[in-house]
Amino acid sequence: MVKKKNIETGAFGEQVVTEYLQSKNSEVLARNWRVKEGEIDIIALNPSGVFSFIEVKTRTSVAFGHPLEAINSTKALRMQRLALAWLATHGCFGCDYQIDAVAVLLHADGSQTIDYRANIL
Amino acid sequence: MSLAQAQSVAILGLDGHVVNVEVDIADGLPGYSLLGLPDAALSESRERVRSAIVNCGEIWPNRKITVSLSPAWLPKSGSSFDLAICITVLSAHETIAADRIENILFLGELSLDGRIRSVRGVLPALIAAAKAGIKVAVVPSANLQEAQLMQSMTIIPMEHLKQVLRWLRTGEREIAQEFELQWENSDTRLDFADVAGQSSARLAAEIAAIGGHHIMLIGPPGAGKTMIAERIPTIMPVLSIEQALEVTAVHSIAGTLTQRSPLSLLAPIVSPHHTTTRVAMVGGGAHVIKPGACSLAHYGVLFIDEAPECGPGVLDSLRQPLESGTITIARSIGNLTFPAQFLLVLAANPCPCGKFTGRGRNCTCSSQQVRRYLGKLSGPLMDRIDLRVQVEPVGRLDMARNELGESSAVIRKRVIAAREIAAQRFAGLGWNLNAHIPARALRTTFKPEREAMNFLHDELDKEAITARGFHKIIRTAWSFADLKGHPTPIMEDVFDAHTMRGKVEA
Repeated sequence: MVKKKNIETGAFGEQVVTEYLQSKNSEVLARNWRVKEGEIDIIALNPSGVFSFIEVKTRTSVAFGHPLEAINSTKALRMQRLALAWLATHGCFGCDYQIDAVAVLLHADGSQTIDYRANIL
Repeated sequence: MSLAQAQSVAILGLDGHVVNVEVDIADGLPGYSLLGLPDAALSESRERVRSAIVNCGEIWPNRKITVSLSPAWLPKSGSSFDLAICITVLSAHETIAADRIENILFLGELSLDGRIRSVRGVLPALIAAAKAGIKVAVVPSANLQEAQLMQSMTIIPMEHLKQVLRWLRTGEREIAQEFELQWENSDTRLDFADVAGQSSARLAAEIAAIGGHHIMLIGPPGAGKTMIAERIPTIMPVLSIEQALEVTAVHSIAGTLTQRSPLSLLAPIVSPHHTTTRVAMVGGGAHVIKPGACSLAHYGVLFIDEAPECGPGVLDSLRQPLESGTITIARSIGNLTFPAQFLLVLAANPCPCGKFTGRGRNCTCSSQQVRRYLGKLSGPLMDRIDLRVQVEPVGRLDMARNELGESSAVIRKRVIAAREIAAQRFAGLGWNLNAHIPARALRTTFKPEREAMNFLHDELDKEAITARGFHKIIRTAWSFADLKGHPTPIMEDVFDAHTMRGKVEA
């Protein structure tokens, strides 16, 4: 069972990233889009017209390594399949898209560090 | 994001190839990929490099790191790239200025805490780097002695990654005390004076050392075959500096410099056990091709005790290097040639029980067993052995004698004098040992006296000797002549050579 605290941490991290995207003039289309195969944390449309499928990893410490090290190639490929599924179901199949990953580090004093990696595939 | 490159060397056979280590740090998921045909040990470098960087208080870039070792087609192996990869990663991460590491060669294996460990093949690597115009090399402190042989380069010995980083950032380093190149040219442990009696075997050893003739010692257990064989290097002239460098390079690649000093001028002696395999004898291996025993014995002695006990084909695999002085190993990654100019010394018992000497009274073997035993040594191999000597059991007289036999130093002086005579005779001809006189020269320029020639021709007619044997006898006769000061071999020399070749025909 995922601990309740971790779910809260994750949700907070996704909220932080959503605000970050909006500050960069991206349009957030969906959050926590879920199908049987998995979930995409955030789907956004960049100002340049590219769909971004974003995986958010939130941590309160780096004791278990860098947050993005938790994304391996299996996870990245699943992200891609999910992205194609989303595009197909929304009538955008064939549009430009990219997979992004974001690490959010929550510090004890309430501040956050955002490490945004675009187009990780 | 950023890019950096440094230099290292890959060893293929005896030759080094300068390898460019390039590191690119790109945005993307944290990861590490190593390109350029690495083997298992090299692929594991990732974990060593990462731990060393973190444990030295540096930051490991959590980005997509691509390390490329070019030329990409060249298979690379071993841990000697660790230091170069580590420095290049840090430089690509912009914690070391890129221009600081230009034209510097880095060699060394990293331990997890950042210490720099010794690696194999430092000398051949430096030779290759010097040819490529690299002037400065960072090497593990443990390899300093070997590295200093490369005097045209600035050698910077390092013990710890932290020292390297400090040097690259500030230019400061502890100046290691440069020890002088002190060549070792004497071995006090072994001396021919230890051998009691055995006058004919002693003479054979001396002739072998003079002319580079291969020798076989046959005798009962405990007669002193091994003792004599082990002392042959002590009567051979010391190596020239060029020869010593060649020997050190081979030993460096094989990783045997812990047993032999890199600065040794003594002729090496290698004595593989008789259970050795063909690959161990001539060199080889699947991924990394290593020199075998016959290359480690380059310019020295390859001593095989209990020769008839060797596995089938092991001794015969030496036939080609015996003729050419080199060994070419063909594997899927290419053909590699190692030097293998050695003096072969075989030792054998006369029969399985070992007591078939003299009248053979105590021997318990059947006559067929006796015949079969030495028959295991193939005819073509035996044909290449010039001196076949019976080592008799040591008698009471020899043991009781108070004065020691001649010492190695005395014998070596005679050997050097004889070799000098030969060297003058062969000046400008391309060889300098009697054993290397080509057959054509033996029949024209370097003929023995007429009477001796007639004797040999008679033997040839009687099929008592082969054509190869005919030439071999003349070569050995030249060594006898050099020892005794005859300008050309006379009948006596040829007769001695013929007798020493013996009748142990297989």
